[in-house]
Amino acid sequence: MNMTVSLILNFGLLVFLVAVALALARWRHLFPVAMLTGLFSLLSASLFTVLSAPDVALTEAAVGAGITTVLFLATFGLTRAREKPVESSRRLIGLAVTVITGAILVYASLDMPHFGAPDTPVQEHPLRHKYLVESQHEIHIPNTVTAVLGSYRGYDTLGEVAVVFTAGMAVLMLLGRGRRGRKRTKE
Amino acid sequence: MMYAAGLAGVGVTMLLVLIRVLLGPTVYDRILGINLFGTKTVLVIALLAFLNGRTDYLDLALTYALINFIGTVAVLKFMQYGDLGWAGDVEDDSDV
Repeated sequence: MNMTVSLILNFGLLVFLVAVALALARWRHLFPVAMLTGLFSLLSASLFTVLSAPDVALTEAAVGAGITTVLFLATFGLTRAREKPVESSRRLIGLAVTVITGAILVYASLDMPHFGAPDTPVQEHPLRHKYLVESQHEIHIPNTVTAVLGSYRGYDTLGEVAVVFTAGMAVLMLLGRGRRGRKRTKE
Repeated sequence: MMYAAGLAGVGVTMLLVLIRVLLGPTVYDRILGINLFGTKTVLVIALLAFLNGRTDYLDLALTYALINFIGTVAVLKFMQYGDLGWAGDVEDDSDV
């Protein structure tokens, strides 16, 4: 259904992604770069939405576009917002490492089943019917991933949320104290 | 069909905004462009939701709108104060 539309959308979004990534690598002034990383993250989140993975897209947007941009900006408040020039020999090493890692990842992705292939474990596993069909009658949550996260392994998710909440509170306490101390020394 | 046409239109505006962001002579052009691009993303997700008949994606679009707003406010605040934190004893805080 609507395969051509998704295909064109995927293509366009990927072209945008490449353009943004090239600009990210080229710019030396880090302030626009921080904002552009947010744009990059929004683009990849739209790609996840096109691929019908709204939960991944939500995480990507919240972490990538929201928190990361703000953290980068907060860091620029403490350091300089300009990249130091790098020697060309080190740049070549970096390029080589990136190309080799990318090649390994592409090679590994060849082993994955094709998109929408009918003979993957996801389609053939005996538990598939339980989660994809019966969960609709058992707990009435339309999205299967949400059903699994929020109900079938709800205690696990509760533990995760407790951990993240504690970490967030700790970071907030540390940041608040540091800022107050700094302002006091400035006076 | 109508949603596909809408998607095509939004795609063209996304391209134009992206060109402005990449070329943009001043930082403010880029900030405005990125903010606009976020709005376009919200539109794309909303259109996709109706195109695929998955209206639960609309929550996602709403979240994006909120994140976009917070990001822009953070960037502008950084430009104004050079820092994201503000001291509680500063009197001229009008951005709360």
